[in-house]
Amino acid sequence: MDKSGEAYWKATLGLLTKILAVWFLVSFGAGILFADLLNNIHLGGYPLGFWFAQQGSIYIFVALIFIYAKKMGEIDRKFDVHE
Amino acid sequence: MDLQTTIYLVVGASFSLYIGIAIWARAGSTSEFYVAGGGVGPRLNGMATAADWMSAASFISMAGLISNMGYGGGLFLMGWTGGYVLLALLLAPYLRKFGKFTVPQFVGDRYYSKSASVVAVFCLLTASLTYVIGQMTGVGVAFSRFLGVSNETGVYVGMGIVFMYAVMGGMKGITYTQVAQYVVLIFAYTIPAIFISMQLTGNPIPQLGLGSNLVGQDITLLAKLDSVVTDLGFGQYTTTTAGSTLNMFVYTLSLMIGTAGLPHVIMRFFTVPTVAAARSSAGWALVFIAILYTTAPAVAAMAKTNLIRTITPGVVMENADVYSKDSAIEYEQRPDWMKRWEKTGLLKFEDKNGDGRIQYYNDKTGNEVTKAKIDAAGWKGNELTVNADIIVLANPEIALLPNWVIALVAAGGLAAALSTAAGLLLAISSAISHDLVKNVFKPDISEKGELMAGKVAMACSIVVAGYLGLNPPGFAAGTVALAFGIAASSLFPAIMMGIFSKKMNKEGAIAGMLVGLSITLFYVFAHKGIFFVKGTEYLGVIGGANSFFGITPEAFGAVGAMFNFIAAFVVDKFTPEPPEHIQHLVENVRTPRGSKAVDGAHA
Repeated sequence: MDKSGEAYWKATLGLLTKILAVWFLVSFGAGILFADLLNNIHLGGYPLGFWFAQQGSIYIFVALIFIYAKKMGEIDRKFDVHE
Repeated sequence: MDLQTTIYLVVGASFSLYIGIAIWARAGSTSEFYVAGGGVGPRLNGMATAADWMSAASFISMAGLISNMGYGGGLFLMGWTGGYVLLALLLAPYLRKFGKFTVPQFVGDRYYSKSASVVAVFCLLTASLTYVIGQMTGVGVAFSRFLGVSNETGVYVGMGIVFMYAVMGGMKGITYTQVAQYVVLIFAYTIPAIFISMQLTGNPIPQLGLGSNLVGQDITLLAKLDSVVTDLGFGQYTTTTAGSTLNMFVYTLSLMIGTAGLPHVIMRFFTVPTVAAARSSAGWALVFIAILYTTAPAVAAMAKTNLIRTITPGVVMENADVYSKDSAIEYEQRPDWMKRWEKTGLLKFEDKNGDGRIQYYNDKTGNEVTKAKIDAAGWKGNELTVNADIIVLANPEIALLPNWVIALVAAGGLAAALSTAAGLLLAISSAISHDLVKNVFKPDISEKGELMAGKVAMACSIVVAGYLGLNPPGFAAGTVALAFGIAASSLFPAIMMGIFSKKMNKEGAIAGMLVGLSITLFYVFAHKGIFFVKGTEYLGVIGGANSFFGITPEAFGAVGAMFNFIAAFVVDKFTPEPPEHIQHLVENVRTPRGSKAVDGAHA
C-alpha cells in the first residue's frame, strides 16, 4: 500500500472530516438548529434539544477526542510514522 | 466554629498547599520555566489545563448567566467545551511536533518572518492582558467578600500570591499548583450541587437530578420551572434562545475558536512528552472540564428554582397560585442569606406596591394574559434584583448548607481565578522574554539572562494586571469577550492555515491577522467604547447596535475569523509562495515521528 506522506495526510484529513461532522451535528445541529424540533422528544425529564445544548454535546465532545486519539494512533502505526 | 473562622482556615490551608508545591517545584532552566521540562503526563497535564482554563468566569459567573438565560445559556457550555475538539484535532498535536516554547515562535518560524512573529506577540498580549484583568478583578472581589478586607487589599493579596508561585516556579511550579487548584475547585463546585440536587429531586447526581421529578411531586423540575417562570412573565426556561438562532450559532462558534486560539491554553500542550500524548491530553483536559460544565446547568436551574422557592414557598414544592396575595413571603421574614447579600448591594429589594411582600417577576413581559393577571394581583413592578454573579457563591447559603461548604466555595473561587491568572501571566512573560527580547532585541542573551528577563516580565505584568484590576476599563464581561474575539479572529486562523495549507505565505498570514483583529476591534469598540472608555462608542458609524445581522459584539469573533481567512487567501494569491524549506517544514510538522523535546532555539 501507499505509505507516502501524502497518503498519510489524506487519511488524517478523512478522519478529521468525520469527527468534525459529528462535532457539528451534535452542537450546532441538535443543540441549536434543530433544538425546537427535538424538544418534542423527551430523555428522562429532559426535552432532547435542551439536553443536547446543556449536557449531551459535552459528553459527545469528550468521546470524540478520545476516538480521534485512538484512530490517529492506528493511522500513525499503519503508515509507520508513530513515535 | 463561626463562618468567618472556617473560611480563614480553609482558604489559608489551600494557599499553604499552593506555596508549598511552588517551593518544591522550582524552575531551574528556561525549559522548566516555559514548558515544565516537557515531561508532564497527559492526565496530569489535562488536569492542569482544566484549572488553567476554568477561570473566575467559569466558576463564579457562568451558572448565574445560564440561570438568567435558560436554554440560550447553553452557548457557553457548548462553546467553551467544543473548542477543545478543535484544539485536539487542528492545533495541539502539530504544535507539539513543531516543538518550540511559544505560539508567536511558531507563527514566526512557519511564516519565515519576524514581523509575523511580532504581530502574533501583539495579538497574544492584547488577548491575555484583557483576560487577566478580569481575573484580578475577580480575585479582588472574592478576597474582599470572604476575608472581610477592602477590594484594593484583596487585589494586593492576590498579586502577592500569584507573584510568589508563578515567578518562582514558572511552568513547572504552575503545572503542579494548578493540579492542586483543580482538585480544590472541583470539590468546591460539585459538593454544594450534590446537596442541592438531593434536596430538590432526591437524586445525588446533579446531571441526573436536572432531568428528574421534584421531591414528592409528579412533575419534572424543568417542567415545573418552565411553568412557574412563564407565570412570572419570563421566557420559558428550556426554550428561550440567546437573541436569535443565528446569534446563538455565531456566538457558540466564536467561543469555540476563541478557546482553541487562546495562547495560554495552547502552551499547555508543549509540556507533554509526545505528539500522541498531546492528543489524549486534550481529551483528559475536557474530561476534567466536563465535570464542572455538566454540573453548571444543574446548578443554574436549581438556583433559579431555589430562588423562586425562597420568595414564593408554596409555588414550587406545592401548587399554590403565583398571583394569590399570600404566596410571596413578607420582607421581614426573609432568610439570613438575603440579608447578608443585601449588604453587598448585589441583591436589592424595593417595595413598590407597599404590601410588605417580595414580588419577583418580569415586569417587561409582552404576554397580555400574564399582564392582566399581574395587574389584577396589584403588582407595581419587579421588587427584587439579583446580580447574576452571586448565584454560585450564594448557592450553598440559599440551600442552608453547613459553614465548611461555604468556606470551600470561597477557596474554590479563588483557586479558579488564581490558576488562570498564573497561566496567563506565563503566556505574557514568555511572549515578552522569548519572542521579543531574545528573538528581536537581544538574540545573544544567555539562558540565565532570558530566565531573568522572563521573571522580570512576569513581575511587571502582575503589577500592570493588578493596577488595571483595580481600575477596570469598563465591565469585566466585555473585556473577556474581547479576549476571545481577538484569539478567534487573529491567532486561530493563522496557526491553522500554517498547518493545513502548505502554500500559505507570510504576506497572507500577516494580512489575515491584521484584518481579523481590526474588524473585530472596530465592531466591539463601536458598542463598548474605544478601549472600553465610556462615552467613546460610535454606534452611529456602523448603523446601530448589533447592526451586522443582529450579531452581538461578544459573538463577533467568528465573523472576524472569517474575514481573516478571506484576506489571507486573497493576499496569498497575489504574492510569491513560501520557500521550499518552509513547505518541507509543514510536511514535517504533520507527521508525529521524530518529535523531540521542546526547545527555544529560533530557526
